[in-house]
Amino acid sequence: MAKKPQIAADTRPWRDPSAKPFVRISNVTKKFGDVYAVADVSLDIYKGELFCLLGGSGSGKSTLLRMLAGFEEPTSGKIEIDGQDMTGVAPYNRPVNMMFQSYALFPHMNVEQNIAYGLKRDHLPKAEIADRVAELLSLVKLQDYGKRRPDQLSGGQRQRVALARSLAKRPKLLLLDEPLGALDKKLREETQFELVKIQETLGVTFIVVTHDQEEAMSLATRIGVMNYGEIAMIGEPTDIYEFPNSKFVAGFIGSVNMVEGVVTEDEADHVRIRSAELGCDIFVGHGVDCAPNQILWWAIRPEKIALSRERPEGDANVTKGLVEDIGYLGDMSVYQILLDSGKRLRVTQTNTVRGNPDAITWDEPVFCTWHNDAGSVLTV
Amino acid sequence: MRRGWFLPTMAILGFVFLYAPIISLVVFSFNESKLVTVWSGFSTKWYGELFADPQMLGAAWLSLRIAAVSATIALVLGTLCAIALVRFRRFRGRTVLSGMVSAPLVMPDVITGLSLLLLFVGMESILGWPAGRGMLTIILAHSTFCMAYVCVVVQSRLADFDMSLEEAAMDLGATPARVFFDITLPIIAPALVSGWLLGFTLSLDDLVIASFVSGPGSSTLPMVIFSKVKLGVSPDVNALATIIIGIVALGVFAATIFQLRSRPKKARA
Repeated sequence: MAKKPQIAADTRPWRDPSAKPFVRISNVTKKFGDVYAVADVSLDIYKGELFCLLGGSGSGKSTLLRMLAGFEEPTSGKIEIDGQDMTGVAPYNRPVNMMFQSYALFPHMNVEQNIAYGLKRDHLPKAEIADRVAELLSLVKLQDYGKRRPDQLSGGQRQRVALARSLAKRPKLLLLDEPLGALDKKLREETQFELVKIQETLGVTFIVVTHDQEEAMSLATRIGVMNYGEIAMIGEPTDIYEFPNSKFVAGFIGSVNMVEGVVTEDEADHVRIRSAELGCDIFVGHGVDCAPNQILWWAIRPEKIALSRERPEGDANVTKGLVEDIGYLGDMSVYQILLDSGKRLRVTQTNTVRGNPDAITWDEPVFCTWHNDAGSVLTV
Repeated sequence: MRRGWFLPTMAILGFVFLYAPIISLVVFSFNESKLVTVWSGFSTKWYGELFADPQMLGAAWLSLRIAAVSATIALVLGTLCAIALVRFRRFRGRTVLSGMVSAPLVMPDVITGLSLLLLFVGMESILGWPAGRGMLTIILAHSTFCMAYVCVVVQSRLADFDMSLEEAAMDLGATPARVFFDITLPIIAPALVSGWLLGFTLSLDDLVIASFVSGPGSSTLPMVIFSKVKLGVSPDVNALATIIIGIVALGVFAATIFQLRSRPKKARA
């Protein structure tokens, strides 16, 4: 696999093997009856991270979050937060706060009372509570809404009240369950950046559960992809997208073209894969942990494929097809290319020229080509 | 669409059917005549007579006390029962409990009354408690069947209670007891109020069960009225009924206002 540029370890503690994790989840399993909701998950999360747990419904991501908050006890395994074993520690004694998917704002209290609730439980002096509430209200830009009740607020305002309330006790770790799930698309995009900004200003460690991969990609410092209660992959957004470790991860994040192939050449510096589905050889410009004649999969993102009318040079990484369909999205177009084998490739092209009259169009025979590092070889 | 005459007419007929007897009762309570069915002029003398009748007043006071105490006992027990049924999804005897709790709702009063009487008599001879029958046994009996009503009302409110509200409070540092008093109780309060009122009304209204389990000197208001009416309806019963209707109407009105206030208000633009 290609080496990625090394970035200073101080901003990415997960790349520093001697860094001490802030949250350490070791071999945690949670069973409901006979069903494994979370199966043997081990995960280290570092201070100041914005870690996203990404997965479909029933992947165990929310259960893992609830175990961190203390609402569920692990069946086995251990959770440590800031070096402290959390086994048997009640939710109200944990240095953790949570923002709920439904926001869970207390309907019989106004915004100020909602935010102050946690502070009152800590028996802070009244003046300090008032100061802190005012500070939080201005942080989430709701200064004029303190006296309103939750049902007098819009969805976006409620989301911000929930955030303010969960930050009120200055937790070292904030858990967010689908924080933007209930907002419409436009509001979600705005709020995403606000959330990151708040996280960076306060330096709180965030663990976010989401099923929205776009949200995870734009928010996270690292993503943990979950599937059937297990962690399928942990990595930075670029790792997850560009270097998926399995068919599941490649298919779960973004769109991907996946073909089956058989290894014909296995060298230290390159691999050649013959794919009947693709109708050509795939030349991979780096060594892969595989054996000759092994059947494996090769995945490539739609934007990594180039289209041309003339046949490019080379005996590999070129295949011929017919433009079957074009989806015009404005900024880019999605081409569906029908190959001779009957396999369809999805190719995206950025529309850099305005109203290009020379653009490749329907029913045109085209060549698809890609760089020898563009795809991922997957064995599982 | 043209407004039909059918629905309004039916609605009016319905209201007449429901309220005409009550209105006639209120009107005739101000009747001058001793005969209940003949109007001979306006007077408040039956109210005067009522307040001069110690038996009637004593029974009314007893009934109100019984209703208040048994509604309160039923409220506490019924709420606990509802919480157990809604919150603890699986426990030994859950099906039995949920079935048993709703049994008094469908059980004929005669059977409830008779079985309670047998129980009290049996307990007295074995345990020596409750000694004799009277106010205490009526309260016990009323609490039992009112509890079933409270449980049903509170259960439905708890069933659509968002559990994450309690978790959120716990997450913010509240112990389970605190969570109950700070969050759960205020939110289910409307159901508690209506449960209590329901229990109060049912207890005030009950004749059959009370007749079985009451003893000498502890006749409730319905029992006194019933025995009086057997000897011919006297107009002071009308006066008493009017006062009770007034109290009930006031109670319902207060409860409605309370519920409207605690209900989420619509967002103002």
